[in-house]
Amino acid sequence: MKVLLSWLKDYVDIDVTPKELEEKLFSAGLEVEEVAYLGENIEKIYVGQVTSIEKYEGTHLYICHIDCGVQGHDHLILTGADNVFQGAKVPACLVGAKLPNGLEIAPRKMKDMMSYGMLCSGEELCLDKEWYPGADVNGIMILDQDAPVGEDIRTYLGLEDYVFDISITANRPDCQSVLGIAREVAAILGKEVKEPDMSYACDGTVNGDISVTVIDQDICPRYLGHYVYDVQYKESPLWMKRRLIAVGHNAISAMVDITNYVLVEIGQPMHAFDLDTLEGSSIVVRRAAQGEELVTLDGKKRVLDTSNLLICDKEKPVGLAGVMGGQNSEITEHTKEVLFESAKFRKDSVRKTARGLGLHSDAAARYEKGIDEYSVECGMARALNLVQTLGVAKVSSSHFDVSAGASTERRIIKVETARVNYVLGIEVPEEEMVRILRALNFGVECEGGVLTLSVPRYREDIETDQDIAEEVIREYGYDKVVPTFLGEALVTNGGLNAAQRKELAVKTFLCTQGYFEIQTIAMTARTEFDQFLIPEEERQAVEILNPITENLSIMRTFMAPAMVRAIENNIKNGHESLRFFELANVYLPESLPLTQAPREVKTLCLGACGADEDFFSMKETLEALAADSDLKFTYKKGNVPYLHPGRTAQVICDGAVIGTFGQLRYDVVDSLAIAKDKKGDTKIFVAELNYDALSAKFKAEIHYEPEAPYARARRDISLVVDKGVECGEIIEKIRHADALVSNVELFDIFESEKLGVGKKSMAFNIELASKEKDVTDEMMEETIGKILELLGEAYGAQMRS
Amino acid sequence: MFNADDLKKEFLADIESAASEIQLSDVWKKYLSKTGSVQKLMTGIKEVAKEEKKAYGQFVNEVKTWVQEKYDEKKARIEAFELEQKYRREAIDVTVPVKRRPVGNLHPLTAVKHEIINVFAGMGFEVFEGPEIEDDDHNFTRLNVLKDHPSRDMQDTFWLTEDLLLRTHTSPGQIRVMDSKKPPIKVLVPGKVFRSDSDATHSPMFSQMEGLVVDRHITLCDLQGMLDEFVKNLFSDAAKTRLRPSYFPFTEPSVEVDVSCFKCGGAGCPLCKGTGWIEVLGGGVVNKKVLANCGIDPEQYSGLAFGIGIERIAMLKYGINHMGKLFENDVEFLKQFKA
Repeated sequence: MKVLLSWLKDYVDIDVTPKELEEKLFSAGLEVEEVAYLGENIEKIYVGQVTSIEKYEGTHLYICHIDCGVQGHDHLILTGADNVFQGAKVPACLVGAKLPNGLEIAPRKMKDMMSYGMLCSGEELCLDKEWYPGADVNGIMILDQDAPVGEDIRTYLGLEDYVFDISITANRPDCQSVLGIAREVAAILGKEVKEPDMSYACDGTVNGDISVTVIDQDICPRYLGHYVYDVQYKESPLWMKRRLIAVGHNAISAMVDITNYVLVEIGQPMHAFDLDTLEGSSIVVRRAAQGEELVTLDGKKRVLDTSNLLICDKEKPVGLAGVMGGQNSEITEHTKEVLFESAKFRKDSVRKTARGLGLHSDAAARYEKGIDEYSVECGMARALNLVQTLGVAKVSSSHFDVSAGASTERRIIKVETARVNYVLGIEVPEEEMVRILRALNFGVECEGGVLTLSVPRYREDIETDQDIAEEVIREYGYDKVVPTFLGEALVTNGGLNAAQRKELAVKTFLCTQGYFEIQTIAMTARTEFDQFLIPEEERQAVEILNPITENLSIMRTFMAPAMVRAIENNIKNGHESLRFFELANVYLPESLPLTQAPREVKTLCLGACGADEDFFSMKETLEALAADSDLKFTYKKGNVPYLHPGRTAQVICDGAVIGTFGQLRYDVVDSLAIAKDKKGDTKIFVAELNYDALSAKFKAEIHYEPEAPYARARRDISLVVDKGVECGEIIEKIRHADALVSNVELFDIFESEKLGVGKKSMAFNIELASKEKDVTDEMMEETIGKILELLGEAYGAQMRS
Repeated sequence: MFNADDLKKEFLADIESAASEIQLSDVWKKYLSKTGSVQKLMTGIKEVAKEEKKAYGQFVNEVKTWVQEKYDEKKARIEAFELEQKYRREAIDVTVPVKRRPVGNLHPLTAVKHEIINVFAGMGFEVFEGPEIEDDDHNFTRLNVLKDHPSRDMQDTFWLTEDLLLRTHTSPGQIRVMDSKKPPIKVLVPGKVFRSDSDATHSPMFSQMEGLVVDRHITLCDLQGMLDEFVKNLFSDAAKTRLRPSYFPFTEPSVEVDVSCFKCGGAGCPLCKGTGWIEVLGGGVVNKKVLANCGIDPEQYSGLAFGIGIERIAMLKYGINHMGKLFENDVEFLKQFKA
């Protein structure tokens, strides 16, 4: 919200500096984002009068003598502009002057003559003709003859002023206006607020043809109309134009400017319909029919639906309520009769329409924040006042007021002072509360510790004792809050729970294994399915209805792409040895379109790349991770679309597949944006484990079991099997061959012609242990026999001779 | 009587000249083995007259003990010497570097998250993690962000259906906690949140930490007291907080909380943009409507709530100047956050 200091001063006596005002507003919750001084970088420039002017022979220059009154009566200034004349009033930049373009004026020799200053143009002062008529002429800006000689140009041009850009919180739509800010300033400074002049006299004329009907009162609870006629097409006065320009509006014509002026000053969006264009002189407020069309003021055709509220005449729509008028009822230079609209439209309806159509206007921005009916009344009154005082039109007696029936009385609420202090935790004296609330324009009566408050009509946000507590502390001062430390709260036990502690431990453990934690964005692009060769039937992903970009349009269903992306970026940045992990959710829809929240599955993703990495270095990390949690992982050859078909494994824990890992396919590597010469030897390894499934296997508690006091025994066996037999299968077979088998380790594996074609040798160290007795040679023989028999049957395994 | 002076003399000469364990074992063989000269003295008892046998035995034992002692002494000296030699031989250049994998570390956002949790854990806060995909009811309506409320626009929402959305803040965690637990409540809700704005200072996904206390007679003063403790622990002992009015639909009064600049101590510097204060979080007294929405009697209980932007704290704490860095995952960046 931009407000001009001089405009504020119309309504409240401000006797502090702009800096002090900024601080006071900040403390009261009105954060000033910027204070812009209009006269910024304009210094030592005065209204001067040309007392004499002569051509400097042999040059293009003129020699001027300038009278700057108290700033010196005779300044010799050379100028090249040829629109200066004797007696002209001009902006004279004296020695030491500064201009917005960075120019600093010093005595300067021009064609052998010294010039002690400069006359400047409107452009050099960053002014246009709307701010000062004639500011746009080519040459020196010629000022009005009544400009006071010697006056600082900033004062003369109305630049001795400040624009406050104030950020208004969503609960204070009433502060979205000069008047609203003035009310706050008055409360802060302990002054009275003067309301804008809203008086006007109706001249008794009645236009009996006009009718105003509101059909959908649920979204248009109040609609005021007023008929004015004899409209003069003219420019607004300079002061009005300047105020509008200073806060970011354009000056258009008096009639249009008045609507904008009221918007800024009162906070009420106004609309002016050219009555001539209204079929049947009627206004009908209703929801649009499905597919109904309207060309808005910006010249665009809008196709509407039943959520859009329309202002119509007898036949057709003429405006999109609260958002933008229609082109067909626009004010023009020919407009003679106007029907003013000042209305309340529901904020969610306006927001939905504005967003739905991608149509943003000052009016919509204002309506979306919420309009109170008091503003509706004030807006109309102020507009009529301005129309009348500026002679823009005649104010008739045809006034229309369609209300859904909301009271125009102030609401009364009762609040105990003790409850206010209960919320705040400090003791604000009763008389302070009364003073503060009165300053904020509440009607206040206090009896027996109960405040009976009549709430200003523009304060629709005030409902409860907590709201009153906020009003009180805002003015009383947050610096009066005395820090206490949960004095009356019960002691609670804090910290991470076991699962949360374990999760942190898992992460920390992976760090010790050389893995860096990364964090990537949970949204992704559908194109990743292509890049990672995901088959059509596995592409069910949660879609975002309103993505900011196609690249972030679905919720990820697997972690590998983001991991690979992180590795890719690091390779591009010249890093070669990489070990990363991420623990985050993937989002798996039960069905599409979504009927319930998708499953969020916490997933642990590992990625590794570099000269020291291979399939088994990643497996080593997984083994270490398992060992750290006293789990046992087994592995099976796996199949994952984006992993090397010969180097992919399933990770199995306790009989359940909890994840996969392997080497990224070469064709996927090929699709990455890394240097071509590097692609050939870039091997990237990726693991994805379902962390929810994994963490379910973690032990809840540790139980100590006394160590068995019986002798264990070990035996090595060497087996010859077909090359295709997987080591993991054999280990599993051995492990489950007999309850005595307590450990199996592979210690040698090789292929050799001596073993026969297509054969390989694997040697295992097998440990037997019993909880009941020593393991004897006989037991060992028997168990080994059993193992060999099993392996012989299953794989044709032979003992190596 | 008996005399072993020659033997002793010879033994002393031999043991003196023995310089290694091998030479020493020769000495042992010559004197102390079964065929050694001391042993021979023992067997010589057979030739001694009966009445002298006892005295002879004593004499031989004394000689044996003497020899054994001298031998043991020398042996210990030689062993010590040889050990010394071994150590010398085995000496290595301890400065030769090893080939070692780097040690990783947590992402700075995780590190900061846990640092914050640790501070509040000490005050009795538990940690709750809610779903990232929420419904309108939890994310907005029950937090008093009603359908027509403009503050729905404060948080540009990613919608999945008319009802489901990516949570825009961790505040729905408040609702989930209060649905399942009655006062006393002290809980943190850390997590990822999503908003559909993205520029230099915003990421469409970022992390927040919600804090909620509900108990009897919790006030605005408690909020400041607790946050004072928080900033002291997280930033510096000298850190102070300042409250200023703000607005959130789920708290009333609502405040922005600034911390005194921990770089300049409040004097004004580029970090605090010359103000001496840095905005770190928002909070307030829990709106009684929110308590009532969760079946907690606002006449009996009151609460405070706050929300911390973890990226912001991480950036402030570590001096990270660009939010995007946190999600680029460049290893040169990541490895700087070892503690």
